[in-house]
Amino acid sequence: MAETLTARPTHDLPSEGSSRARAGLWSRPGVRLGLLVALAAASVAVYLLTGLSGNLGFILGRRAVTLATLVLVATAVGVSTVLFHTVTANRILTPSIMGLDSLYIALQTAAVFVFGAFGASTLPAVPMFALELLAMVAFSLLLFSLVMGRFGRSLTLMLLVGVLVGGMFRGVSSFLQRLMSPEDFQVLSDRFFADFTGADPALLGVSAIVVGALTLAAWLARHQLDVVGLGRDLAICLGINHRRLTMVVLVGVALMVGTSTALVGPTMFFGLLSSHLAYRALGTQRHAWTIPGSILAGTVALVGGQWAFERVLGLEGSLSMIVEFVGGITFIVLLLAGGRRR
Amino acid sequence: MIIATHVSAAYGETIVVDDVSILVPKGGVTALVGPNGAGKSTLLAVMARLMGAKAGTVSVDGLDVTTTPSEVLAKRLAILKQDNHPGIRLTVRDLVGFGRYPHSKGRLTDADRVHVEQALDWLDLTGMGDRFLDELSGGQRQRAFVAMVLAQDTDYILLDEPLNNLDMAHAVSMMKRLRKAADELERTIVVVLHDLNAAAVYADHMVAMADGRVVAAGKTPTLMREGLLSDVFGLPIEVHEVAGRPQAVFYAR
Repeated sequence: MAETLTARPTHDLPSEGSSRARAGLWSRPGVRLGLLVALAAASVAVYLLTGLSGNLGFILGRRAVTLATLVLVATAVGVSTVLFHTVTANRILTPSIMGLDSLYIALQTAAVFVFGAFGASTLPAVPMFALELLAMVAFSLLLFSLVMGRFGRSLTLMLLVGVLVGGMFRGVSSFLQRLMSPEDFQVLSDRFFADFTGADPALLGVSAIVVGALTLAAWLARHQLDVVGLGRDLAICLGINHRRLTMVVLVGVALMVGTSTALVGPTMFFGLLSSHLAYRALGTQRHAWTIPGSILAGTVALVGGQWAFERVLGLEGSLSMIVEFVGGITFIVLLLAGGRRR
Repeated sequence: MIIATHVSAAYGETIVVDDVSILVPKGGVTALVGPNGAGKSTLLAVMARLMGAKAGTVSVDGLDVTTTPSEVLAKRLAILKQDNHPGIRLTVRDLVGFGRYPHSKGRLTDADRVHVEQALDWLDLTGMGDRFLDELSGGQRQRAFVAMVLAQDTDYILLDEPLNNLDMAHAVSMMKRLRKAADELERTIVVVLHDLNAAAVYADHMVAMADGRVVAAGKTPTLMREGLLSDVFGLPIEVHEVAGRPQAVFYAR
């Protein structure tokens, strides 16, 4: 045995995190996370409590529903993106880039095409939600299995298949859209971007349970996830059942992204934005920090953005376009920066 | 003792390890040598459960590597592949701290921190604990990873070409540390080496592989023979006694 190592005289150990202490208070992840908490709390307070007039109960109730939706989406998308980055050892992708958005649009298009704009909007909410969630989870798992399956860990293959299948969904959608009436298309095109307002409270409840449970599970597995972040070989060396853990995480990711998309619509680049804001803001990639950090950064972006849109600019429901725009720019910047480093 | 019995491994249809049976004794340094593509690294990966075997079994002190839970094996055996690129940005001390994961499950105790500092000390990294891995030279990085598996406190340490990309001085220093870890910390070191002469000086046992098969295995002096090595590497190799040790000479015009 290797007892001799412990038996050797101990040297004076530098106190824990001495380097961080030296580098100053602001570089501590805890302080930075505290700042994010304050920012998130401030944006929530500002969103809820400014510009109140008229029927307070009604307005606050409506705002609370929107707020809950925003926080839920920030959580689902932020946590799933961080986990996806960890298990794929890649930080410039989000789980929803690979065709989930086009699948969602194809499903919506099919619904409007078959039932008409009015019929589609009167379809029972909960079964539709369940159906969409099921379709998206099944599709993601099929894609993700390509990363882990017998083809080996081929991220490239998964991306290619995702893009191809996404193209197919888009083809079907645009064909159906050509056949439908302009009125139907008008209603449909509202669903192409995520809408954070006016979610069904029943769906919100179901989504909150799913997303909450999965986030808690991710939090409990934070140390294991840190080890997975070292890469497959080192993770196995350190005793992680890498294959099983990766599959479990990908199932969880699929559920979270599916829930968020079925609830509000597709968000392609938002996860990239919130996860990288968290990585940058916290200066660490430990999941104990990045999991809450991505939720908070996403909350600040969405709630703050929604506030600016509703109250400052007086606009309705196009926040997701701006979020996607900024997220898309983040994506390009990351691609260029990554290319330069190599 | 690591026992591999009739192990075969393949990438797709290409068989890389072909019906190999070897026994790595407990204690000391065992070197796996052979030409490129002989299957040394693959055999090492199979022994450390990084890769599944097509056939055959491997056991470490009686524990079958495919059926024993990974977390149990992580306290017995550590492996380091050639290239390690953690997906996250880490300081040296953080990395070495991960070596304690099999014992601490992520919450470092004071005892774990002692292990970490000793492993850093053992590899002359004490002053560099707070440096980030991407700020280090190749040799320092290599040492940081070896410190991690040392902190893991396993009986067996498997290393895939730890001398890769090291200059002579760093290579000698690495081999001396491994030798010392075997002698003073009673670790069993299994190492894939391309430098025959390093194996001749520092290894107790050698396993020579070619074309996915074991050609010869045994105590180091019994393998440092001209005919045997020439056959294994497909190159005329002379073995001379230099400073009391067999050394292979193969550069010729």
